[in-house]
Amino acid sequence: MTSQLKKEDLLKAYRIMREIREFEDRIHIEFATGLIPGFVHLYSGEEAVATGVCMHLSDEDRISSTHRGHGHCIAKGVDIHGMMAEIFGKKTGTCGGKGGSMHIADLEKGMMGANGIVGAGPPLICGAALAAKFKGTGGVGVAFFGDGASNQGTILESMNLASVWKLPVIFLNENNGYAESTGVSYNVPTPNIADRAAGFGMPGVTVDGNDFFAVYEAAGEAIARARRGEGPTLLECKTQRYFGHFEGDAMTYRPKGEVQELRKNKDCLRILADKLVSAGIVAAGEIEAIDKEVLALIEDSVVKAKAAPKPTAADLLTGVYVTY
Amino acid sequence: MSRKLNYKDAINEALSQEMERDDKVIVIGLDVAGGRGTEGVMDSWGGVLGVTKGLYGKFGDRVMDTPISESSYIGAAVGAAACGMRPVVEMMFADFLGVCFDQLMNQAAKFRYMFGGTAETPVVCRMMYGAGFRGAAQHSQCLYSIFAHIPGLKVVLPSTPADAKGLLIQSIRDNDPVIFMEHKALYAMKGEVPEEAYAIPFGKANIVREGKDVTIVALGRMVHMATQAATALAKAGIECEVIDPRTISPLDEATIIKSVEKTGRLVVVDESHPRASMAGDISSIVAQAAFGSLKGPIKLVTAPHTPVPFSDVLEDLYIPNAAKIEAAVKSLL
Repeated sequence: MTSQLKKEDLLKAYRIMREIREFEDRIHIEFATGLIPGFVHLYSGEEAVATGVCMHLSDEDRISSTHRGHGHCIAKGVDIHGMMAEIFGKKTGTCGGKGGSMHIADLEKGMMGANGIVGAGPPLICGAALAAKFKGTGGVGVAFFGDGASNQGTILESMNLASVWKLPVIFLNENNGYAESTGVSYNVPTPNIADRAAGFGMPGVTVDGNDFFAVYEAAGEAIARARRGEGPTLLECKTQRYFGHFEGDAMTYRPKGEVQELRKNKDCLRILADKLVSAGIVAAGEIEAIDKEVLALIEDSVVKAKAAPKPTAADLLTGVYVTY
Repeated sequence: MSRKLNYKDAINEALSQEMERDDKVIVIGLDVAGGRGTEGVMDSWGGVLGVTKGLYGKFGDRVMDTPISESSYIGAAVGAAACGMRPVVEMMFADFLGVCFDQLMNQAAKFRYMFGGTAETPVVCRMMYGAGFRGAAQHSQCLYSIFAHIPGLKVVLPSTPADAKGLLIQSIRDNDPVIFMEHKALYAMKGEVPEEAYAIPFGKANIVREGKDVTIVALGRMVHMATQAATALAKAGIECEVIDPRTISPLDEATIIKSVEKTGRLVVVDESHPRASMAGDISSIVAQAAFGSLKGPIKLVTAPHTPVPFSDVLEDLYIPNAAKIEAAVKSLL
């Protein structure tokens, strides 16, 4: 299970997952104070997916994200201080305060944007993969999308296009069981979303999205296949979110105790840490040290974000066009 | 050196010269070559009306046919542009924007602003528009005012073969997303077109005809209707100044305002519907900037607020023409 990864890589994976968790859990608290404007959608609980996939990627590889995008950003290497400032609407943010939580992007890092439109990312990633093919970079594109988005025509169209054009794309479905407040069993008529892959002539794989190793290995295979020029794969990671669709969602559609049960038995961070410690690869103290460092990093990012200046009136009119 | 070329071939030449110059330029669209996956010949169509014919022979797989799946392939063009390519993607009919608008409106148009002024998305989306082919309600609309409404998009409406070539070259070299709209009734129109590659800058109106009595601002194919009306009116001693904005986003407001300050009268000719339209927009700009110069009300000559009808009798009534423009001009004098 851990054979491909060196200890330093395993610790890196754990650190990224912890950064995502700490980042999201802190935003959950800060949002409740009213200091964060707009809508936020948190990724807590799903960390193994973004991390298990992005561990395989370089800046030349592109990802498209969703409204629940903070985890993808962190896993793809977007600066945490910039992200936090962006979410607080500050000029020092990744997008100068003009994008916010749903539009964090860092094209230099191959992060093509969280996206406020459900299902909008996969067509863009087909284009990123097409560009990689023309330019011969060897890059791949990964389109993250949820179980709700799996019914959007853009995604089905993109799976067809990627397959007929043999594009190096991974359609990465994060099935967290809920499309806003509607359960996946109501919206999806097949046992697995990955079952749809057959209709587009590509492999469809379903894995436990709470198991970092399962995600890492399945994503590795799909990415290697794409890099070999053999075309796209649909990879479904079954996971769960700990918070609501958006912050402020009372989650009355979820059975009582579900989240507590998931936190206790299915938590991807706990599962990874336990495996690493019980296999004797990592000492418990090393895990604790990372936890402390990450906590300090997130605290620092919040302090700096709060102190940072807001955009000025002059910023309203800039950056619409390159020239006009 | 220039020679006569039709509007369609001028577009083809612009594509060919830019693909020759820059290998990042690729052409994507439904049947832009045609014949893939068949036992017949390749490049069988070269676009549904043959605009891209011959490009496949010169550039091979840089001319990419697509499934009938506009959201995915227009989105792919947008994504490829954000990753350093310069795709020219064809929507075929402007009317099809309803099935793929998100990728232009919420993605391509927004990237630069939303991402803090860092992104460049040099994509060109070509499409044909306009009535006159008995194409009925879903194959004849103008719809450019919808695109012009969106900050982040540029919108180009060439009215002549020479403008079509120069404006398309500018569109391809431009670093913003450009909506390039070709009036299908102009494809066969011939005109002098320089052989070499040249770019016509955006936001520079063309004063097609100078005059002192009435300013006529006309869009796309309507430029020719306006010129026809102006020629007839000149025989009656009425001198019209005909202005073709060429691009409606950006719009050369200064040239229009300056002309109205001179003539004191404005007629706007727009083949599209009157509600929330470019005709309304241009008259609003003039009313705000040059109200004091106006000697009478601004007149709009537009299609009625109906879908485009099919029957020839009805479609001919629907489309603005020279007689309607002449009447509007005369009503101001």
